[in-house]
Amino acid sequence: MKKLLLFALAAMFVFAGCSQKPKEEAKPAEQAPAAEAAAPAATGDVIKIGVAGAHSGDLASYGLPSVKAAEFVVKDINDKGGLLGKKVELVVVDDVCKPEVAVSSANKLVSEHVVAVLGHICSGATKAAMGTYLAAKIPVMSPSATSPELTKSGEYPNFFRTIAPDDSQARLEIDYITNVLKLKKIAIIHDKGDYGKGLAEFAKGFAEADKKLDIVLYEGITPGAVDYSAIVQKIKQSGAEVVLYGGYHPEAAKIVTLLAKKKLNVKFVSDDGVKDDTFIKVAGHYAEGVYATGPKDVSKNPLAIEATKKHKDAYGEDPGAFYLNAYTAMLAITNAIEKAGSTDYDKLTNALRTEDVETPIGKIKFDEKGDAIGAEFSVYQVQNGAYVEVK
Amino acid sequence: MDYFLELFLGGLTRGSIYALIALGYTMVYGIVQLINFAHGEIYMIGAFTALIVASVLTIFGLNSAAILVIATAAAIVYSSAYGYTVEKIAYKPLRNAPRLSPLISAIGMSIFLQNYVLLAQTSDFLPFPRLIPEFAFMEPVSHIFSSAELVIVVTTMVVMVLLTVFIKFTNIGKAMRATAQDKTMALLIGIDVDRVISVTFIIGSSLAALGGVLIANHIGQINFYIGFIAGIKAFTAAVLGGIGSIPGAVLGALILGWTESFATGYVSSDYEDVFAFALLVLILIFRPAGLLGKSETKKV
Repeated sequence: MKKLLLFALAAMFVFAGCSQKPKEEAKPAEQAPAAEAAAPAATGDVIKIGVAGAHSGDLASYGLPSVKAAEFVVKDINDKGGLLGKKVELVVVDDVCKPEVAVSSANKLVSEHVVAVLGHICSGATKAAMGTYLAAKIPVMSPSATSPELTKSGEYPNFFRTIAPDDSQARLEIDYITNVLKLKKIAIIHDKGDYGKGLAEFAKGFAEADKKLDIVLYEGITPGAVDYSAIVQKIKQSGAEVVLYGGYHPEAAKIVTLLAKKKLNVKFVSDDGVKDDTFIKVAGHYAEGVYATGPKDVSKNPLAIEATKKHKDAYGEDPGAFYLNAYTAMLAITNAIEKAGSTDYDKLTNALRTEDVETPIGKIKFDEKGDAIGAEFSVYQVQNGAYVEVK
Repeated sequence: MDYFLELFLGGLTRGSIYALIALGYTMVYGIVQLINFAHGEIYMIGAFTALIVASVLTIFGLNSAAILVIATAAAIVYSSAYGYTVEKIAYKPLRNAPRLSPLISAIGMSIFLQNYVLLAQTSDFLPFPRLIPEFAFMEPVSHIFSSAELVIVVTTMVVMVLLTVFIKFTNIGKAMRATAQDKTMALLIGIDVDRVISVTFIIGSSLAALGGVLIANHIGQINFYIGFIAGIKAFTAAVLGGIGSIPGAVLGALILGWTESFATGYVSSDYEDVFAFALLVLILIFRPAGLLGKSETKKV
């Protein structure tokens, strides 16, 4: 069904492109190879921006909000007459957060001649797809991929993100445990995934370097398992005072619940994969007192208020995870196209690095490596069924 | 010693969870030699049905024991209907096709049902209410073995015994065994094979639904994907114990549960699956038909 729809859409663009060809004035900046004849829409009257991420599968709740955010931003722009005189159009592809699917999603976006990509959502999928984008010279901006390698390794010069990388979260978590909670014995648990394990390894590295914390347990668990009582018993056996968990909310909810049921009095500190309202909904009163790091509170930012209101008006509920980051990314991309006056890769990436843009997470631009200057993390705690920023 | 006991009980619960799902797998395989990959999804649908019914009943203010019974009954009926329909749509037309065809059809059904629930319900994790009450007599040991865990373990054992008795002594049970041995011959002596297979799927699906309710209650959360992961483990357990054998499924599931629990406890949870599957490989090398499975003699 989806394929059919895409095909129909593609056919429509071909026709639209043909009928409007004679009116075409400005020659597009990039060279048009012969292959492009098959998709005249790419050089026609629209600027295509890709949106990639998990839109189905068990991590869909992380990916779908960015599609909505992108749609709102694009609608605004198109209502105001478009970008560089052209309408902006989204090409949405689903990578289910799986690296192998992400590569084919990326190929699809490249063949659709998108000028930039909002995505991907998961770090693993993003890494897998980056090579394809780099070869095609397409800048990619993720609202949520926090693996430090993406920026710090220098392997992905076309990568940008509107979220702070994982090691900044690990740093903050370790500092918080040492200085604010003043605990000593720490158990570091992760879900063996790119994101969770990455964070856990940074935390371990920082804790060892600081020599203030005593790591009594460091282990990976299997995500999606039916029961975590064995690892919870092991945490109990280790005598840990605090559990630092790297991973996502479904497993965190199970562990937190079991910790409470087994009557263990330990603090639980986690990351922005857990700072999701679904976690509180699922873990219920067991979630109380859990700490999680997440992007700083932007509830006072007028752009954030506006973006959230749009979502509430359209869907009748609060937006999901990474919605504002995606909104920010979309604003940053479109702003850079506007400022650069072109969709050319070099001009576009240069504009991203030099032009400040007002966004729902504050005024940002990007550093040489692609990290956003102005996006930081805070520590939150579940209090009376909601995440509250603590300091 | 306490630590050992805790791990032992944890493994027992985990094994019982696998067993509840594995029983359905092994039963269907025993009768039609089909690995019903959609079984995990039937389990997931059972959990969803129970959640929906329980949410509605909570509004009416029933007490939790009544809700548990009604929600479970609803889940069993609804899941059975699904199991019955899936068999009629996806497997029956392929009964005389090569064995690979129904297998692919089963995988297709599994993906279809997952996405159907994703679209019809939600992609989010949903909290599942704790319907099983905390028994007062369990209070002193509740930190090592909770009431919900006790219910799971007891249910699994009761279901295993009932199922064995059912297949050994009832008429339909005998018909099932006959069908399992030789479908054509069973047909010749007047057994309604279609009906027997339908009943098998209905019973298998009921067990899955029962498992769905109990396990969702234990884990406290469900989403459309839970069936897949639990299904893979249960399938492993069924193979370990000897697919087609009912006590085998329970034995295999318990061994798998203990292996995982002790591997986590004494080695590292990083290697939980490594130990579980290494054990599977070892057992299959020495007993290719599984622990309690009967090896088939191939007719040439």
